[in-house]
Amino acid sequence: MTIKLYGVAMSTCTAKVLACLHEYGAEFELVPVNLQNGEHKQPAFLAKNPFGQIPALEDGDLTLFESRAISTYVAEKFKGSSCDLLRSQNPKEAALVKTWMEVESQQFSPAISPIFYQSIIVPILHGGSPNQAIIDESAAKLGKVLDVYEKKLSSSKYLAGDFYSLADLHHLTYIYYLMKTPYGKLINERPRVKAWWEDISSRPAFKKVASGLTLGDKN
Amino acid sequence: MAVIKVHGSPLSTATRRVLACLYEKEIDFQFVPVNMGTGEHKSDSFLALNPFGQVPAFEDGDLKLFESRAAANYVAHEYADKGTQLLIPGSSKEAAVLELWKEVEAHQFNSPSSKVVWELFFKPFLGMATDAAVVEENEAQLGKILDVYETRLTQSKYLASDNFTLADLYHLSNVQCLLATPAKKLFESRPHVDAWVKEITARPAWSKVLAMMKQ
Repeated sequence: MTIKLYGVAMSTCTAKVLACLHEYGAEFELVPVNLQNGEHKQPAFLAKNPFGQIPALEDGDLTLFESRAISTYVAEKFKGSSCDLLRSQNPKEAALVKTWMEVESQQFSPAISPIFYQSIIVPILHGGSPNQAIIDESAAKLGKVLDVYEKKLSSSKYLAGDFYSLADLHHLTYIYYLMKTPYGKLINERPRVKAWWEDISSRPAFKKVASGLTLGDKN
Repeated sequence: MAVIKVHGSPLSTATRRVLACLYEKEIDFQFVPVNMGTGEHKSDSFLALNPFGQVPAFEDGDLKLFESRAAANYVAHEYADKGTQLLIPGSSKEAAVLELWKEVEAHQFNSPSSKVVWELFFKPFLGMATDAAVVEENEAQLGKILDVYETRLTQSKYLASDNFTLADLYHLSNVQCLLATPAKKLFESRPHVDAWVKEITARPAWSKVLAMMKQ
């Protein structure tokens, strides 16, 4: 039975899971959810995710939501293959991966998501004007977080160590969209962060996902 | 045996999260107070433990961690055979349900509950004025989230399974603070949530965390 991922390719959270599925070469079906029609707030979808957000995943009798829980499940399910994004065989490395996954979750994401929301979602999906005060405040916060990354990346190639892990992968989709805005400078101004971004975004698994991250592209 | 150290403050909700886990696992540890009033958490020596300058920081021998959920998760796995079982042993599908409810705490519950806790619990304690609009907005958001919890807790005794796990433990700090404010009405009006709140805050390990305040 194939894994089904409910979501849309251009969504940061859906794409985060897609990147993980591609890293593991997992077979899956992407089932589109019609956000414009509010499908994610209808009973059928709420039965999969009571918080009414994409993505959701079905694997046989298991239903999951929260993109980071889904990616962790995928990494655990396909453990033992040549791909090892959780470093589960080494408890210390695994703990460091979890630490930097929490950093993405608790430090990075709250700082970057208002920039993404104001710069991309508000003008494109709501036809409104970005709130510059919110952007400026978030950019300052994100800069401080990235200063910590800049220092960390002077002692290891990736965030949790000298190995690519879910901790790095979880950053991909928000940074991809950030680079489409003037705030991409926050990445480019920091040489090690920039090099890390260029490395992780050039991975074949991510390139498959990046082609779907089309929010804001002019046709 | 390597020494486990927690650097933090007994008032800090994040520090309490790690302490709760250590008490549940019945593991000895050394508590190293960090004087936030004097900015010790921004000192070079503390930043070497947590480059984000926040409590807690955690050490187990030469392993240094930060982010309370990462530290608690490490303890629960590394010491799986001690004290309370905080994980769901078995298949990756069952473990996935635990990850899911841990993420729900982090990405749904944490933000609105922390804002209400800041406004109604910490600000008065610090002599600062509460922002009623922030309280109203975040109580409304928290109410919607607790509606989902109410349904979930009709299906399952605790959030991730019929046993207390890390997913429930992660909520303790903010839940305890909310109980000391008018926002406790959000629990009281939801019978299954109310019962769950009463259960988890009555755990002996949690009482030990609260007793640290009095030292």
